[in-house]
Amino acid sequence: MLSLDKKTFEEEVLKAQGLVLVDFWSQTCEPCKALMPSIEELSEKYQGKVKFTKLDVTKARRLAISQRVLGLPTIILYKDGEKAGEVTKDDATKANVEEMIEKAL
Amino acid sequence: MIYDTIIIGAGPAGLAAGLYAARAKMSTLILEKDKTGGQIVTTNEVANYPGSIEEATGPSLIARMVEQTEEFGAEKKKDNIVKVELKGDIKTVTGEKETYRGKTVIIATGASPRYLGVPGERELTGKGVSYCATCDADFFTDLQVYVIGGGDTAVEEAMYLAKFASKVTIVHRRDELRAAKSIREKAFAHEKLAFIWDSVVEEIKGDGIVETLVLKNRKSGETIEIEAPEEDGTFGIFPFVGYIPKGGLFDGMVEMDRGGYIMTDADMKTKIPGVFAAGDIRSKSLRQVVTAVSDGAIASVQAEKYIESQK
Repeated sequence: MLSLDKKTFEEEVLKAQGLVLVDFWSQTCEPCKALMPSIEELSEKYQGKVKFTKLDVTKARRLAISQRVLGLPTIILYKDGEKAGEVTKDDATKANVEEMIEKAL
Repeated sequence: MIYDTIIIGAGPAGLAAGLYAARAKMSTLILEKDKTGGQIVTTNEVANYPGSIEEATGPSLIARMVEQTEEFGAEKKKDNIVKVELKGDIKTVTGEKETYRGKTVIIATGASPRYLGVPGERELTGKGVSYCATCDADFFTDLQVYVIGGGDTAVEEAMYLAKFASKVTIVHRRDELRAAKSIREKAFAHEKLAFIWDSVVEEIKGDGIVETLVLKNRKSGETIEIEAPEEDGTFGIFPFVGYIPKGGLFDGMVEMDRGGYIMTDADMKTKIPGVFAAGDIRSKSLRQVVTAVSDGAIASVQAEKYIESQK
């Protein structure tokens, strides 16, 4: 998974063509850390179809809020730079993320 | 393989049960569906667990428990349990990935935060409504936060949030806090904390993010709408209004109290031979890490005795 920061987010996500998944997380978010291995598994499964990225919001708080992310974990799928799907909190499960990807493919 | 004991849940109760069982040379499986450690890992400060390392946090305490459990050889798997068959000598626990069989089962599924149950709450969860201060406090740096509830957790989390927020207002349904005296005193002396008494949440409103909190005063019946300051655009709402047990899987199998917590005797035994309950899922008066690990230890020692008696 590609690690993003506030400098690379625009280029890698908002200006990118195709599907880009962003895992919004932080070091202090334990549910995020528990979810991460499942997202990494999905990144292998959808290799070549979806670009998997993650953003540590600790250093990109304003950027996260600009994407209307105010809670973690949140997984957003972008298609050609536009939001194509989003799951957050209890709904941010491997099954739901996979369903969101399948819908967008 | 038939395990001596299958433990459902890897919070403090499940980990302690796993530690004791594995140390007693029982073949032990701990099942967890998402994060290891249960509710305590979303807590920043654990000051009242006896003997805990200085400045213990939920995650640091749990990391040590996991280490100990693994040292003694308990097996840990990630799976979401969807069905259990608890009667008979061999119990079956079915997960999304695999089916497991064991001579005993220790239920340590815990509890989760209770929702307010008001319009807008679910839609705006993760959009300003949060039940996890350590996950989301950072978003509310220099913004306002409303904490709903008046117990220990609500007041402690309010003080944690005040490290980030410009102001934290505690909204409580009564006219006094239920939190312990030591916590209350700190809260009343805190310069960033304010209080709204006798009030309950009626509705949470916002277009994609939290913008308005509607409160009703229980005494006067008056309703007030709190709007996000224009320059902020939003604020945080953190409900800490108690817990609900995660016992749905066992409905109709074991005895539960009116709140849905599993009833056991002092040895953690349920009415089904070989089935035990430990930690927050159990009907009891104090739900803390210290009582959870105690339950876990007792449950696994009793599980061992049960297996011996079956021979």
